[in-house]
Amino acid sequence: MLTDLTLTEAQRKLRAGEITAVELTQAHLDRIRALEPALHAFLTVTAERALDAAAGADRRRAAGKDSPLLGIPLAIKDVLATEGVPTTCGSRILEGFLPPYTGTAVQKLFDAGAVMLGKTNTDEFAMGSSTENSGYGVTHNPWDLDRVPGGSSGGSAAAVAARMALGALGTDTGGSVRQPAAFCGTCALKPSYGRVSRYGLIAFASSLDQIGVFGRCAEDLAALLSVIAGHDPRDSTSMDLPVPDYTAALTGDVAGLRIGVPREVFIDGMQPAVEQAIRAAIDQFAALGADIREISLPHTEYGLPVYYIIAPAEASANLARFDGVRYGPRHAQGALWPTYKATRGQGFGAEVKRRIMLGTYALSAGYYDAYYLKAQKVRTLIKQDFDRAFGDVDVIVAPTTPTTAFRIGEKAGDPMQMYLSDVFTLPASLAGIAGASIPCGVDEAGLPVGMQLLGAAFDEPTVLRAAHAYQQVTGWHRRAPAL
Amino acid sequence: MVAYEPVIGLEVHAELLTESKMFCTCAVVDSTSAEPNTVVCPVCLAMPGVLPVINRKAVEFGLMVGLALNCEIPAFNQFARKSYFYPDLPKGYQISQYEYPLAINGWLEIDLPDGSTKRIGIRRAHLEEDTGKLTHVDGHSLVDLNRAGVPLLEIVSEADIRSAEEAEAYARKLRAILQYLGVNSGDMSKGVLRMEPNISVRPVGSDDLRTRTEIKNLNSIRSLARASAYEIERQIALYEAGESVQQATMGWDEARQVTVTQRVKESSEDYRYFPEPDLPVLELDRAWIEAVRAGLPELPDAKRDRLMAEHGLSRYDASVLVAQRAVADYYEQALAAGGDPKQVANYLIGDVFRQMNLEGRERDDIGAILLTPQALAELVTLVRQGAINHGVAKQLIETLYAEGGSPARLVEQRGLAQVSDESVIGEAVATVLDEHPDEVARYLAGEEKLIKFLMGMVMRALKGKGDAQVVQRQLAAQLEARRK
Repeated sequence: MLTDLTLTEAQRKLRAGEITAVELTQAHLDRIRALEPALHAFLTVTAERALDAAAGADRRRAAGKDSPLLGIPLAIKDVLATEGVPTTCGSRILEGFLPPYTGTAVQKLFDAGAVMLGKTNTDEFAMGSSTENSGYGVTHNPWDLDRVPGGSSGGSAAAVAARMALGALGTDTGGSVRQPAAFCGTCALKPSYGRVSRYGLIAFASSLDQIGVFGRCAEDLAALLSVIAGHDPRDSTSMDLPVPDYTAALTGDVAGLRIGVPREVFIDGMQPAVEQAIRAAIDQFAALGADIREISLPHTEYGLPVYYIIAPAEASANLARFDGVRYGPRHAQGALWPTYKATRGQGFGAEVKRRIMLGTYALSAGYYDAYYLKAQKVRTLIKQDFDRAFGDVDVIVAPTTPTTAFRIGEKAGDPMQMYLSDVFTLPASLAGIAGASIPCGVDEAGLPVGMQLLGAAFDEPTVLRAAHAYQQVTGWHRRAPAL
Repeated sequence: MVAYEPVIGLEVHAELLTESKMFCTCAVVDSTSAEPNTVVCPVCLAMPGVLPVINRKAVEFGLMVGLALNCEIPAFNQFARKSYFYPDLPKGYQISQYEYPLAINGWLEIDLPDGSTKRIGIRRAHLEEDTGKLTHVDGHSLVDLNRAGVPLLEIVSEADIRSAEEAEAYARKLRAILQYLGVNSGDMSKGVLRMEPNISVRPVGSDDLRTRTEIKNLNSIRSLARASAYEIERQIALYEAGESVQQATMGWDEARQVTVTQRVKESSEDYRYFPEPDLPVLELDRAWIEAVRAGLPELPDAKRDRLMAEHGLSRYDASVLVAQRAVADYYEQALAAGGDPKQVANYLIGDVFRQMNLEGRERDDIGAILLTPQALAELVTLVRQGAINHGVAKQLIETLYAEGGSPARLVEQRGLAQVSDESVIGEAVATVLDEHPDEVARYLAGEEKLIKFLMGMVMRALKGKGDAQVVQRQLAAQLEARRK
């Protein structure tokens, strides 16, 4: 089946003329049509547009032209602005919103010839770990429809895991590509902060947000990252650093690679199957000749509280623009303030409101020093933990999540339990370093377990190299859910 | 009765005349005349997902002002978000500078009416973005975002100002500096320069800072002075009546010439400032700061001192000439065209300004008058050469002001050349004396002031073109001759 190809395999077949982009796109659209009723990974499917783009790609190829992703069908998380295509962030407050522009990363995909299949579901404004906070319904985990796909990029993760797209863009603020990749048994990479332009990424927490990529193997992640990485004059926080050849980094060799295992990550309450899978993966790396070292990241436990001050604080300002004045539904009440209250009161969901309130509180006069400023200081300590660690090791291995995918509704009533599912992914976001999640096992129920591979800032090549080498000798990433 | 003194600080918002906005590439236009919402883009509309990019020119302009105001320029600059909801603020926060402003601890010297000078401290100057504009029509509010994101420099003085006159002097000097730097037109009526005094009053000798009010809606420096004077008196009257001053934002009602309470401030608003995560810290390169300093143009005080030293102008005249950049430019263009510095100053301050006052034209607008600086220089030169006399020069200024043109050609066309011929003048004097025997007799009897009347009659006979010196000499001589 065409949908079983990896992105890189599809590229080869397109280039060889064995398949056309229209066939490839149609196959994915057919699969989306078949599976969407069960999964609800997409908020918008742009079938017509996708087939037009695919036909264009085929014409270009017929004319002897090629580009890195020519004719490759992809899914885009709905927090990324796409001109003329609904972009809702999973929120009712942006229902029907058609952006007047396309963000940089998506535009780079288009320029590289990629075909957009549609926009994927997300927790509202990327705030959540299950897609249950979407204003448009939950996405179901392809491995068990009663379970969540993780979040916030749950739609993208489910779409790639279920073979509805060859790859996808997501966004990661505290683990939002890595955690759903782990839950859905697929691969994702959160690049270092500043590696990919955020222009067009509808902000949740500006100092943490990064666009990430989903694929079914390290090679696919490298192919996608190569296209979207790089400096953007429209994003002053994107770094003006050369973009390495990520595919060239995939040597298949990790002999001598120093791999750190933080002693802080094997915590109480962790699902035994997860710990077993991670320990087995570490053994696998050792067998490949990697140099395994125990390291310490002493401030790991502060990651969660620090994150839940900084991210909501930034969000409280970032979401102020949704006032019904210029775009989105307006619940007019005559006077200005009642209109604001009705528009935002009805437009935002409960979790978004909770975080706006948390952030507003943390920034209030008299509380700023105790919360926001202190959190920034601890954030620096967390960064320094990683700086020290990367003096000793090249890559850090850790579980992506403490458990495998939980049931829909299981944690919806308990925000703290929900927040804890990101406990292993938050520190890398706070430190702004590179992090991937790849499948490394299953639990008793056959649900995927994800392994996190962390690298120093802008050292995506080493992270991808480790992931790739592991995938050369293991088959976890090739498992597909039975749908 | 207790004597009171006002304590005044001024907050000034100056839009910067950059080509593009503070954080996007939209042009900066005259928002009083541009079609609403035509100079906007996703960034200044705060569309979801957009990001700001700092306008380097705006930083440079802000730096120029900071340096001109003798400020320290910290190397570390940071933008912050100031959060509040209002429809003219698209993002729901304004990007401003809070903890780390562009410039701090400066001063500005003002001239006082008694001829002395005083330094007014500058607390800080920081960059931010302007808001849009709301127009209220029939119970609705229309939003125009052309102005949203225009670079704004906020300049905050220390509370060193002690009278409405000082506030006016500070405002005039500051506006002149902004104009000299070419960073702001100084046009308060269009709102590109906005000045808001914070005023309190206290008994003379007290160090207390009492409750203050802030005055908005000032469309000119004249209004600033009047509103400040009014507010000072209003507060004194309240204290005298045993009442207290309420902390409030006042609006100046130009028609009624009174301040009116707009909004009472019960508690200070919480703007929840925090560092803007979308922008990197701005570290200013020392070499760049010094290059900007070296490139500063001559500022009003320096120009005043130079005009005094080089051309022997009085401090008063020099101060008047440098008070507006447009006037200083006009004056220097007249000098460049060969005009005598003192004479040009005299005609400019006396006659040209009189014409402008009659027309109700602002001095800032001198560049647009029909009498060009070159024509004024030519006119002054004609006087110096004796080709026309002073009275004719004054007449010509009126004509040239109204119609433009070349003084030399006008002199020729209208036959206004000065009459210096001794015999022609002598004849005219003789005729006048013959026609006024009574006045001659009274003069000779000691009523010497009649010489002026006789002078006037001779000038009239000469159609105003007589060389005053020759007329005076002839008149004196012929009168003496009639004494016998």
